[in-house]
Amino acid sequence: MAVTDAPRIVTARFEYDDSHTLSRYLATGGYEGLRAALAKTPEEVTDEVKAANLLGRGGAGFPAGVKWGFCPPGVFPRYLVINGDESEPGTYKDRLLMERDPHQLIEGVLIASYAIGVAQAFIYVRGEMALAQERLVAALNEAYEAGWVGRDIDGSGFSVDVLLHWGAGAYIVGEETALIESLEGRRGFPRLKPPFFPAAKGLYLQPTVVNNVETISNLPWILRNGGAAFDALGTERASGTRMFAVSGHVKRPGVYEVELGVTTFRDIIYAPVYAGGIRDDNALKAFIPGGASAPWFFEEHLDLPLDQTAVGPAGSMLGSGAIVVMDETTDAVRAAFSLVRFFSHESCGKCTPCREGTGWLEKIVRRVLAGSGRPTDIDLILDVVDNISPGPYPRAGTGSLGAEPVPFPPRQTTICPLGPSVGAPLVSAIHRFRDEFEAYIERAGTPVTIAGPAPVGGAAS
Amino acid sequence: MARLTPDNVARAQEIIGRYPRPRSALIPLLHLAQEQDGWVSPEAMGHIGELLGLTAAEVLGTCSFYEMFKREPVGRYVVNVCTSISCHLLGGDELLHHVEERLGVRSGGTTPDGRFTVNHVECIAACTEAPCLQVNYRYFHKVTPDAVDALLDDLAAGRRDDEVPPHGTLTRVRQQVPAGRWAGRGAEGLPPDRTSLGGDG
Repeated sequence: MAVTDAPRIVTARFEYDDSHTLSRYLATGGYEGLRAALAKTPEEVTDEVKAANLLGRGGAGFPAGVKWGFCPPGVFPRYLVINGDESEPGTYKDRLLMERDPHQLIEGVLIASYAIGVAQAFIYVRGEMALAQERLVAALNEAYEAGWVGRDIDGSGFSVDVLLHWGAGAYIVGEETALIESLEGRRGFPRLKPPFFPAAKGLYLQPTVVNNVETISNLPWILRNGGAAFDALGTERASGTRMFAVSGHVKRPGVYEVELGVTTFRDIIYAPVYAGGIRDDNALKAFIPGGASAPWFFEEHLDLPLDQTAVGPAGSMLGSGAIVVMDETTDAVRAAFSLVRFFSHESCGKCTPCREGTGWLEKIVRRVLAGSGRPTDIDLILDVVDNISPGPYPRAGTGSLGAEPVPFPPRQTTICPLGPSVGAPLVSAIHRFRDEFEAYIERAGTPVTIAGPAPVGGAAS
Repeated sequence: MARLTPDNVARAQEIIGRYPRPRSALIPLLHLAQEQDGWVSPEAMGHIGELLGLTAAEVLGTCSFYEMFKREPVGRYVVNVCTSISCHLLGGDELLHHVEERLGVRSGGTTPDGRFTVNHVECIAACTEAPCLQVNYRYFHKVTPDAVDALLDDLAAGRRDDEVPPHGTLTRVRQQVPAGRWAGRGAEGLPPDRTSLGGDG
């Protein structure tokens, strides 16, 4: 088992009960990264972050420093929006960072604001996270009071306001352009890219950088220790550490900060210091490597490293750091149904293929489970997926069947990736466990109970 | 129910003043209305429209998109049981069913005494603590049927009021900026808003 001795970067303070307070933060190196940043020029700060090779931790994995550089030169005002709308099934990290170390996030916001030259920063916290909101507001109040945020920060002449904003329940708002629409007081409908790339035309159609909570929480450490020290952790293409939530049928479900690239899925699922193996020492059936939108992996993928450049060609994605483990007792059809129901429930309704497609897919899988499946339903499911995401859908290869993996990401007929994501559980489950779907259809007439109401349709309701 | 109270109008004005454009305060103001009344009434939406210079349709259009805004009265305690994948694998659907049986209402319904509303919800970001639920957006982790029975008893008897405020209250701390500390550069150089019929442009 490769368990490395890499330092914990973003979760280092979690061991303290008062980790969310300014006094604890200052006693443990707090705001030193900001001081280091303010002693440099904004360009030097950006170069430091580029040198760190800090890839976005929200799902897409784009280099943070490079993203900042996409703002057209000389165009102001600019805005920074922190995406704290964590809602991808299996994902549990940003909430912890906001609840347990809010000052680390605030310091990261200030460093990024300085580097980009923003007029105002917004921390958009998911509506359902009352404690995270409370901790962040309390931390912002402390930081304003102490002179770390607002006018003339720490006597440097640099000024920026940081405002806590909160959502009201909609997964789609985690998509950056939908997040911006929501922050403008509108329905959370994604915008078309191009022309609405946030760096060029974002909030109020001004240059806007949208960064994930975990991404930004790495900045204080990078400025304190240097980009090269961060880049030295992990591998060439996967630098630093990252938080992974390991949930499902494991002995020690939990959130673990591990070194990227050198740690493998086998390590994080089986090592005693991490998830500790499958419950009751059962066999592994499948695991989701990167949240609900990621195609499933299986036993033969356990030795892949936690590195998007390895996971993508194998047919899935590292996504939002969410590993969901299913043991041999799992009903693949029911598990897929839970995921399909999610995407159907959360489709915003803007694009027809997604709005109609996710709803029909939920209905078809529901009837298969309910004992009313038809022999043509499996092909029908794949056909509906093909309408939302044309062509071969990304999936892991199957040695025994001689099939090759189809690399991530999928193609799409929709504005954002939510629609295509519904294919991830369905194509994975049908490709690998088609016999389970067929068994339900052959058993038609012996229904199982599904808790929860039938969907009533409509946007995000 | 009601328009915003004078105290809440003052809070609303403070919130509006912190955004480069007033319409950005719409969701926070809808939360303020829900905190006041436990739900978002048509009168409150109308009042918010007046404060922001938005039409009734613009306010309703935004309000109706977001699941947390309740446009009819709900129970004092809104119990949201997660049934997304991590919770599903560890009994989330069964937990929801248990809560429904125990309270005698299906998901989406409110008990006749107005105390509890039950919902099935999608992932609430406590995946390693499955199965989980929220009551008025306060988390309860690794919930067993026995634990949920005890929790519902406690809530009904008012024994959890410190921990679980009435529905509508999210953060109990408000953002405060000491005099002279607000930089106020957010709207500098920002062109007027021309995208809203009833907006500020």
